[in-house]
Amino acid sequence: MGLVLTIQSRPALLNFGAVAMLPGMVAISLIKEMGPVITALICAGKIGSGMGAELGSMRVTEQIDAMEVSSADPMRFLVVTRVLAATLMIPLLILYADAIGIAGSWAGANIKGEVSFVLFFSQAFAHIRFIDFFPAFIKSFFFGAVIGLVGCYKGYTAGRGTESVGIAANSAVVIASLGVIIVDLIAVQITDMVTP
Amino acid sequence: MNTTLTETMPHAPLQTKSDETVLEISDLKKSFGDQEVLKNVSLRLFKGENLAILGKSGSGKSVLIKCIVRLLRPDNGTITVLGEDMGALTGNGLEALRRKIGFLFQSGALYDSMTVRQNLEFPLRRMKKAISRKEIDEKVKSALEHVGLPETLDKMPSQLSGGMRKRISLARTIVVDPMIMLYDEPTTGLDPVTSDEISSLIDAVQIKYKTSSLIITHDIECVRATANRVIMLQDGEVYLEGTLDTFEKSTDPLIKSFFK
Repeated sequence: MGLVLTIQSRPALLNFGAVAMLPGMVAISLIKEMGPVITALICAGKIGSGMGAELGSMRVTEQIDAMEVSSADPMRFLVVTRVLAATLMIPLLILYADAIGIAGSWAGANIKGEVSFVLFFSQAFAHIRFIDFFPAFIKSFFFGAVIGLVGCYKGYTAGRGTESVGIAANSAVVIASLGVIIVDLIAVQITDMVTP
Repeated sequence: MNTTLTETMPHAPLQTKSDETVLEISDLKKSFGDQEVLKNVSLRLFKGENLAILGKSGSGKSVLIKCIVRLLRPDNGTITVLGEDMGALTGNGLEALRRKIGFLFQSGALYDSMTVRQNLEFPLRRMKKAISRKEIDEKVKSALEHVGLPETLDKMPSQLSGGMRKRISLARTIVVDPMIMLYDEPTTGLDPVTSDEISSLIDAVQIKYKTSSLIITHDIECVRATANRVIMLQDGEVYLEGTLDTFEKSTDPLIKSFFK
């Protein structure tokens, strides 16, 4: 993400003599929007479909019923754990993706020019305020919750045939991706209202 | 040295029926949309007996057994298990009663992501909270030895054959010492030799664990090998109830089509 953004933005910024703004622009883009949303969409595809397929398969093969008759609450064992894991871990994955993205941007900046790692990062972080980072970090928890809830719901309520496993996985990806975009839209509106 | 249940038990139904009722179903009705699957089904399971529920596919057998453990809620009627009304129970009460019922699923329903050991430990940890590590190990080992598969302890379910999965599933059910066993199509999809072994195990479990069993099946050989009493379901209703002999001698075309 960072590398592509840098390579594509550099010529335009060069025309305006603003190439020094490149690290800051890329960092803000990545931290505020691209990092969280693109990572969440990838997770909606990977984790959402995985949860939908796994729980759907457990439903079809009566494993969820077996858990219930063993006096174990499948909602607690299968759903709560997955939703919590997605809610808590996807934000960390997003932070990781942001860091890799900025590092990629530095690599991109060095393809056509030469800039030291320390200078690039100091320029990048000079433009980032806490208020840029904080709302993006908070909304990533909601992205995780949406992905976990949708994936688990679709898998847990899958039908009885094997066909329903595919349907559960497929609809989990579609609805979780849509959910991520809707949450992002709401988060942007709220951030816009509360920040100066 | 422990011997397996199949090695020690004769392959024939047992005559251990008593008059004490452990499970009573009265006027049970269950519909899915417009389709009435169970229509006023009533039956009793006596202590220590093997009761086979026979019927064609779609006759409501599996729905009946799932209503008993409340995986499905009946529309009408009562289910009394060990003197308690299943429909009136919630939360801890329902959990406590379910601990006394073992359920062998048609597919085995082993947890794919767990080893055989973990599959057997799971219900033990849930149902017997104060149990020690040593007791768990002993019970798991004993249950696996009883179904003749002690060597599968650390295998994954995907490494087991269909018959082995059924046996492990039976071990997972008996490991918590249930008082009532519910078997949902225990021999479906198995070859005749393995079906015969599973039927022997059902008899053996009844003797060793002193369980009362409800066996849902359409496999006549399984009925012949295990049942003390038989109930035939047809279109969601009890069609005929009696001993195996009653069914074998029946001239009813439907019964004859099963017992030919």
